[in-house]
Amino acid sequence: MGNINFTINGERIQAEQGQTILQAAREEGIYIPGLCDHPALPPEGACRICLVEIEGQRALHTSCTYPVSEGLVVNTNSDRVRASRKFNLELLLSDHPMDCMTCDAAGDCLLQDLAYEYDVSEDRYQGTKHHYSVNDPNPFIQVDRNKCILCRRCVRACREVNGVEAISVFYRGFSAYIGFGADSSMDNSPCEFCGSCVEVCPTGALWPKMSLGEGRPWQVERVQTTCPYCGVGCQLILEVKDNKIIKVDSAWDGPSNHGWTCVKGRFGYDFVHHPDRLEKPRVRKYLLDGKKKPAASKRNPEKEGNPWQWVEVDWETALGITAGKMRQIRDDHGPESMGFLTSAKCLNEENYLMNKLARQVIGTNSIDHCARL
Amino acid sequence: MNSRSDVPTNENFEPVLTQNLKLPGSEKIATYLSVGGYQAVRKALSLPPDEIIDMVKRSGLRGRGGAGFPTGTKWGFMPNGKDVPKIVAVNTDEGEPGTFKDREIVEQDPHQVLEGVIIAAYAVGANRAYVYIRGEFFLGVKRWIKAISDAYEFGFLGENILGSDFSLDLSVHRGAGAYICGEETAMLESLEGKRGSPRLKPPYPASIGLFGLPTLVQNIETLACVPHIINRGSEWFSSIGTAQSKGPKIFSVSGHVNRPGNYELPLGISLKEIIYRHAGGIRNGNRLKAVIPGGASTPILPAELVDVPMAFETLEAAGSALGTGAIIVMDETTCIVEAVRRLSKFFAHESCGHCTPCRIGSHRIYEIMDRIEKGQGHSGDIDLLLNLVEGIDGNTFCPMGSALVNPVRSAIQHFREEFEYHITNKNCLVKTQIPK
Ligand SMILES: Cc1cc2nc3c(=O)[nH]c(=O)nc-3n(C[C@H](O)[C@H](O)[C@H](O)COP(=O)(O)O)c2cc1C
Ligand code: SF4
Ligand code: SF4
Ligand code: SF4
Ligand code: FES
Repeated sequence: MGNINFTINGERIQAEQGQTILQAAREEGIYIPGLCDHPALPPEGACRICLVEIEGQRALHTSCTYPVSEGLVVNTNSDRVRASRKFNLELLLSDHPMDCMTCDAAGDCLLQDLAYEYDVSEDRYQGTKHHYSVNDPNPFIQVDRNKCILCRRCVRACREVNGVEAISVFYRGFSAYIGFGADSSMDNSPCEFCGSCVEVCPTGALWPKMSLGEGRPWQVERVQTTCPYCGVGCQLILEVKDNKIIKVDSAWDGPSNHGWTCVKGRFGYDFVHHPDRLEKPRVRKYLLDGKKKPAASKRNPEKEGNPWQWVEVDWETALGITAGKMRQIRDDHGPESMGFLTSAKCLNEENYLMNKLARQVIGTNSIDHCARL
Repeated sequence: MNSRSDVPTNENFEPVLTQNLKLPGSEKIATYLSVGGYQAVRKALSLPPDEIIDMVKRSGLRGRGGAGFPTGTKWGFMPNGKDVPKIVAVNTDEGEPGTFKDREIVEQDPHQVLEGVIIAAYAVGANRAYVYIRGEFFLGVKRWIKAISDAYEFGFLGENILGSDFSLDLSVHRGAGAYICGEETAMLESLEGKRGSPRLKPPYPASIGLFGLPTLVQNIETLACVPHIINRGSEWFSSIGTAQSKGPKIFSVSGHVNRPGNYELPLGISLKEIIYRHAGGIRNGNRLKAVIPGGASTPILPAELVDVPMAFETLEAAGSALGTGAIIVMDETTCIVEAVRRLSKFFAHESCGHCTPCRIGSHRIYEIMDRIEKGQGHSGDIDLLLNLVEGIDGNTFCPMGSALVNPVRSAIQHFREEFEYHITNKNCLVKTQIPK
């Protein structure tokens, strides 16, 4: 509960000193539309969609930048406000491809939502539109400047949150566009492909290349999970269509990642459905046959019947062979002959069990972790 | 021509800001010193800073960069004390079309401004000052650099100025040709080596300015007034002008007059007197058609309003603004549609692109003006323009976007028939009326 009292649409609410009208309204569940504002980013005041009327003030003000003060009387939805918002939306859409039919972002696009809400369909200006080529050669992110509304959420995410500063605005006015590095391609810039820019982009201007044409938001099941890669444990949301992951979003309520993640978490999921992925355990044929290790010169795992051949088995068999071998090494050469290396991809619990296996079951203190290498 | 009787006429007004310009070698420190230059710094350093701020407040000086903010009040906003370094940033960007007064002062009498900078820095407790100068002002850059190095040599800059415990360093930074970099916060971004785009206000530069430090941003002409206020006193300054517009002002007169140029005159003088008495009247004996009284950002006035006194309050009452005091005169041969087309091209080109209404709206205005001018206008285009003007006005991130609406709206208001003629007849009304 804050210490500043003010009024929105006749409703008295409380806010903290230093909050903007939009922040205070959001906390109270009062809807004010906006395109450039994002809860995790500093305000920009660029899109002019969040305009509100403040009693006693001649001009409208952007609620995303206007600080609350005692006794403020705010109207978020007057005719004047709605007309201004519609005006700005009309301008944005007058330089927009309007191809929602085939756009991957349809259904997950703030611009589309607002065009619907404010009933913007015709282009009264019939002026020039941009026709940028969509050809950034990087492997992860499609950059479609034709769909960019220059809200600069991406610029701020990359600069203020990541400190990478790969994205900036080039040129001025109607010719302004977002670009990378020294106006180069993304992979020729300092970009680390964390995809934070994609996550915050309100339109289809930035989209994962791997997800293009794979499905629409209403066709997917959203499954929250923990990233399998490292000990940070980013919370991710998998967008799953027909039992296939088609896109990964980072979860804003993730306690360790707060909505951000890295290139591996966001784009490194192609192994899941990769044909080379091992889904069952395999052992060498000679182990299965209980034979001694044959000479390396005989190695020909592709050949049927070769002692080095990989044979698919069930878990019990595979673990049985492994346990037997480990016991044998310990018995023959002593526990100090063995060392254990655990993985950052394991959970804490798994690493704890590995510790127990090394120290108690085998009896060695030689255990280390890949994160120290 | 005489100015109206209800405003002070200052018949015996003597130019002060431009008084040295006729001297040979007016830009040299020796010349400046020979006419009593740098006396004001000497005097100021003997006074407590508060007293100087007070003098500037009492003088009634308002900023000459376009916004007309009371200068002394702005100095009073700078935080007290010595625990934070403070900065003075000198705005020599002068990008407003029609305005060429700052350039002349800097080129011909840079020491006058420099003296103002030193006094301002002393008053607000700044030990570092930067000059931001428009990149195209090649001579101005040279003159600033020379003036600064001479001032260091004579002990007006550097450590312990004139034996006092006040020190000030000053350096020059060239802009790269963007109108928006004249806007104070975009100028600060540019000074920091960043893209020239305005910052969110508040915080104002007086609390968080250049490199995060409290910064006083001031126009050249404003600073040029300061030494005279110190030398001659606040009462002298405030005796010139009208109730809310005090002091001398340099009016840049351009367009269809016989003698275009800079004229230093008292604020409150009538527009008519400037045009007909000082600038020699309209060329070829033509009829006056319209005037932009304060630079491209200010609304166009039709000839009927030419009696208006050139002061902040009177121009506002007449539906325009004093702006930078740059008077653009248009005679009867001017096609208003073409004039507005060019102005809108300028604003669309110079929009920084930060906010939607200015970035796209200014471009749409230019496109519509362009097609009307070319005889390809549509029947609803005037309404479309008015709708754009309404949508942009007051709703932009910085004042620049809202500036474009001024010439467009005022032109339609006063010269609507010319727009209509262009659209209906696919031809220019003026061209059909004026024989070649
Ligand atoms: C788009 C825009 C352009 C501006 N250009 C200039 C300029 O070229 N020179 C200037 O002194 N002030 C300019 N200003 C005004 C400055 O923002 C600022 O108000 C001024 O430098 C303050 O000095 P003053 O109080 O002495 O006038 C501009 C303002 C805007 C919005
Ligand atoms: S992927 Fe990450 S590093 Fe690359 S531009 Fe986007 S936010 Fe910046
Ligand atoms: S790419 Fe997306 S986030 Fe970046 S400015 Fe454009 S619309 Fe905004
Ligand atoms: S109004 Fe907006 S786009 Fe125009 S110059 Fe100012 S900030 Fe830039
Ligand atoms: S959300 Fe406030 S200006 Fe964009």
